Order: sequence, then structure tokens, then C-alpha cells
Amino acid sequence: MSNKDAYWNKTKNHMIVTLVLWAFFSLVIFMFGSELNTMSFLGYPLAYYMTAQGSLLAFVIILFWTANKQEKIDEEHGFSEREDN
Amino acid sequence: MFKGDFIQNLPKIYGTYTGGFIVFIILMALAEQAGVSAKNIGVMFVAFTVLIYALIGYLSRTIQVDAYYVAGRQVPTVFNGMATAADWMSGASFVALAGGVYFGGYTYMAFLVGWTGGYVLVATLMAPYLRKFGCYTVPDFIGTRYGGNAVRAASVFVLFIASFTYVTAQINATGTIASRALGIPFEAGVWVGLISILICSMLGGMRAVTWTQVAQYIVLIIAYLIPVFWISSNVGGGIFPHLMLGDEVARLGELEQQFGLVKNSAADMKAAGVPGGLKYISGTHSGVPEGGMAVWKYLSLAICMMVGTASLPHILMRYFTTPTVRAARKSVAWSLFFIFLLYSSAPMLATLSKLALMDPNLPTGIIGKSISEVQSIEWVQRWSEVKQVFIADFNGDGILQLNEWFMRGDVVVLATPEVAGLPFVISGLVFAGGMAAAMSTADGLVLAISNALSHDIYYKIINPKAETAKRLLVARTLLVIIGAAGAYIASFRLTSILGSVAWAFDFAMSGLFFPLVLGVWWKRATREGAIAGILAGIISGTVYLTWVFPKFSVPIWGGVNTPFLGIDHLRFGLIGAPICLVVMVVVSLMTKEPSPATQKLVDDTRIPTGKAILGKQH
Repeated sequence: MSNKDAYWNKTKNHMIVTLVLWAFFSLVIFMFGSELNTMSFLGYPLAYYMTAQGSLLAFVIILFWTANKQEKIDEEHGFSEREDN
Repeated sequence: MFKGDFIQNLPKIYGTYTGGFIVFIILMALAEQAGVSAKNIGVMFVAFTVLIYALIGYLSRTIQVDAYYVAGRQVPTVFNGMATAADWMSGASFVALAGGVYFGGYTYMAFLVGWTGGYVLVATLMAPYLRKFGCYTVPDFIGTRYGGNAVRAASVFVLFIASFTYVTAQINATGTIASRALGIPFEAGVWVGLISILICSMLGGMRAVTWTQVAQYIVLIIAYLIPVFWISSNVGGGIFPHLMLGDEVARLGELEQQFGLVKNSAADMKAAGVPGGLKYISGTHSGVPEGGMAVWKYLSLAICMMVGTASLPHILMRYFTTPTVRAARKSVAWSLFFIFLLYSSAPMLATLSKLALMDPNLPTGIIGKSISEVQSIEWVQRWSEVKQVFIADFNGDGILQLNEWFMRGDVVVLATPEVAGLPFVISGLVFAGGMAAAMSTADGLVLAISNALSHDIYYKIINPKAETAKRLLVARTLLVIIGAAGAYIASFRLTSILGSVAWAFDFAMSGLFFPLVLGVWWKRATREGAIAGILAGIISGTVYLTWVFPKFSVPIWGGVNTPFLGIDHLRFGLIGAPICLVVMVVVSLMTKEPSPATQKLVDDTRIPTGKAILGKQH
């Protein structure tokens, strides 16, 4: 397998992992809204907290994590751009 | 100022700007103390900020094609994040979001998840690859990847429908805010808004829009957060509301029990003469509605908004302006961080403002008090005069019940500072913030449309030999025409701000999401597949919209139709996008696989390093 193909496979897998996390915080947890709301976090009902703040924060964290991870994949395969900003 | 070391000096320049803006706020506070009228403070806030944006727009003027279309591809990661956040957060986000949460509670907050979660799709599926491609516009990518004028034109068509739907709502919002802040009629406000928008974008294209959007972000976030924190400490919500409102949310639940959540009949509301667009609280604030349909309603709305986000050209094109592919990825993360600052505050503002009105233990509480007493409150009188709030004593007992208090959603953001007893200087600041939010989004949208028409239709299809000067002249002329057309239509007020904003997402996802994703992720996708998919998606989505939306279905289909599987007019992308996918895959497999040259082009798009597919100037 060429370096390019190996790189693209890793990138694809990374994309899938990211989208699984995304689907968990955007869709899966809200399938169980009424169950989650019986629990509480910081004094908020949990489902309310997640839709008002928690999932939003999770997306921000996912985005920084996924960008850093992808940069590592770039480096491993020699496709890293020069730092110019 | 805007040459050479401008980029290195950005933190200093915007730091100074932020400091200057804070000094201006303090000066206005002093002016209020000295007896300057509330109206004049509002005028000064809007006039001062708009003049600054115009100055930035003028200083960013350019005669370079790549500066005009992609800001010379030198916008640093964090600044592009701020610009995107301003581009993204519209007048609707700023003015109507907290109001939406106020009335809709948990159910409405599917919008919050949808409008943020979409950025994960942007970052993983789209932004870095489009940046590597080196395109000027979104149709530029589709036209080059699939090859040919037909597919390019089809994608411009979808871009036009989606962005134009959105821009009329934005110009509408600009007009509303300008008219309230300056005390002029709405129609005049629309044209004032339009002129401000054009000054920011016409001379410098994307470069000017970028640097004004950064400035607008700073104004809008200050204008949103100061009142939230201040109100919170005034009504006993604690100094950091985001982490401290648990008790308040629980208290709202108790109050809902105490007052009862009653649904008014349409006939009663009509008889009482409730003005259009005003709402009352009939759902719970934090409770989750029971049942599979309620869950599906929530999820389907979130899906439409997320997929729509990842297909909106005015957002995607912001990531064409970063210096590198990795900067594009990081920039998406920063964008969402800056958006998060406002979006996570909207539910807190809604909670505080609801509590301020509902809690009889607070001096600001009005529910449960006698109607004559409430009607004598100054802010109630002021907002009643302009038909933004309304009281209907359905049961005739002279006491204000929860279901007898009507209010326009916008009032939550615009009036809560007054309700909670903040000085007027804060209301002036909020006007400036709302204006910044509406203008920045309108700028981005008008530019996305006119760039697609000037680059993809005029230069790529009609006159490929056009010289730079002529191309930029055409681009600027189209900008003025699109803006004027948007303002003209906005003056008719077709639907509420949020209704049409959601439509833009559904149009974009119906016709653009899969052609963009498959263009990068599926080499087998062919030109014929893309054309068929784009057309099938946008046409089926639009036809479904006319079928499901009563205002269209009555004249066209002769009656009101029940939404299929709960897919109403806010969610019609769920019809268009799957049809687009199926048609695109089937037609692609039926046609000859793309040429080796096209396949190589896709391979190169996937690798961050190496030359861009399209040249620096094209």
C-alpha cells in the first residue's frame, strides 16, 4: 500500500471516530431525553443541561481534539505543512 | 495600515479597537448620567459602530482578484474564527435566539445543538479539502471537480436560492434594529441597513468583509455577554450564570406548576385582538416532552440544522481564506468556540428573563399581579405602544395569568436589560450588537451570492477572457444589485425571521451537501450523477415545501396537508437531501467512471501538502 493510501485510510478512520462522537453528543443522548432529565448536573436536569450547554461544549472539544489528531496523522506520513501562521 | 506587517499587527490593532469600544461605552454611560436622552444614546451607538465598519471597509479596498474573493488567503486561524462566528451569528441568533428558548424551552433548543454540531461536519468532511482545492467559491469546487458548465450552474442555482432566502431575513433584521435604534420607519431602516452593508463589502470584497466581521464579532459578543452577567447578578442568579442557574431552572418548574401551563384557543386570541407574531408561554422550560414523536421532532430539526450548516456557502467560503489546510481545520474549532460563547449564554438569558417576569418574590415579577398595576409599569407601556407586548384578560378576573401575557420573542433580548433595571446605555449597546450581528451575516451572504454569479457564471461561463478590472467591476455591480433586491423583498416581510432562516438550511442541504461530500470522499461520483443529484434534491425539497407549508399549499395544492412523518416546513431538507443522495449514487454508478485526471485531482485534494488544484489566480 502506498504512503498516500495508508494516509487516506487513517484519515478515513479518524473521520469515522469523530463522527461517532459527534452523533453521540448530537443525536444519541437526546433519544433518551426524558430518562436523562431525571439525573442532574450542576443542579440542572441533565438533558436540559446538555442541550443548553453540554453538547455545545463537547463539540468545541471534539473539534480541537480532531484537528490536533489529524495534524499528527499528517506528520506521520510526511504531509505536514510548514508552520506559516 | 493594511499593508506589509498588517497581519502581524492584528492582535494589537483589534486590541486597541476593543479598548476604544469599551472607552466609548463608558463615555456613553457618562453621557447618560449627564442627562443625554435614551434615544440619542441609541443613535450614537449604532452610528458610531457602523462608521467604524465603513472605515474598515474603505481601508480594505482592493483591486486584486484573490484579495477580493478570498482575502488573499492570509487570514490567521483565530481571526478567521471570529470572522466566521460573526458571519454565522445572524440578527436572528442575536435578537431571537433567547426569545426562542424563552417560549420553546427544551424543544426549541434543538436549534442550539443543530447550529453548533454542524461545525463537526464542516471540519471533518469539508473545510480542509475545499481549502486545499484552492477554489474561490463553493460552485467553483463543484464545477472543477465534476467538470462542465451545467453542474457549475446547477450549484450556483442552489446557492442562490439558499443564500437569498437567508439574506432577506438578515436585511429585515438590520432594518428592524436600525428603525428602532434610530427612530425611523422600518422601510427606511431597511435601506439604511443595506447601505451600511454595501459600504462594508463593495470596495474590498472578502478582504473587507473579513476585517469588518472581526470588528463586528467583538461588538456583538460584548453586547451580548455584559447584559447576561449583569442581569444575573441583579436578579440573584450569581456572577457566573452558566454554572449557577440550577436552582433558577428548578424554580421555573415550580412556578409553571403554580401558574399552570394553559393553551389558548386561536379563537380566543383572535377575539382578544392579540397582534400577530406575539407569543405566550405554554410549554415547560426544562422538561422533556414525552413520546417518540417528540423525540423525532427534536432529532429531525437538529439533523436539518447540522447538515444545513455544513452546506451553507457563506460559511464554507470563510475557510478558503486561511493560509494553510491545517489552519482551516483549527479555524473551524475556533469558530465554534466563539459561537459557543454566545449560544451557551442564550438559554441563561432566557432563564433569567423568564424568572424576572414570573417570580412573584422578585420586584420585577408581573405574573399574578393585577393587570392595572402591570399596565402602569413604564417598560410595559413603552413596548405595548409598539405592539411588542400585549395583555389579554381572558378570564376577566383582572389578574395577569401566565397565558394572558403576550410578547414578541425579540423583546427578551431587547427589553430584559430595562426590566432588570440596567441603565439605558446597556440597551444602546444591545442595539449596536444586534446591528453588528445582522450586518455581518448579510455581508457574508450578499458576497457569497455575488461572488458565485460574477466568478462562476460571468467569468467561468460567459466571458472567460474578461480582464481583472472588468471582473471586479462585474462583481461589485452584482453585489449592489443583489443587496438592493434583498432589501426590496425584505420590505414585504414574508415570514418570521426564524422561519425563513431554517429554510435556507433546508435548501442548502437538499442541493449541496452530498455533491460536496461525495466530491471529496467518493471518487466514483460522476458529473452526470452530480447534476442529477443537485436538481433532484433541490426540486423535490422545494416541491415538498410548497406541499407542507399552508401558505403555499392552499393556492398550489388546494388545501392544507398533514406533514409526512412529522416533516414540516422547517425540516423539508429531510426530503430533499436523501433524494439527492440516492439519485446521485444511482446515476453515478450508471455512468462511466470519472477520467484518470479527475481521480488524480481527488487524490491531490485529500493530501494537505503540495500545490492547490486551482492556481492562486484563476
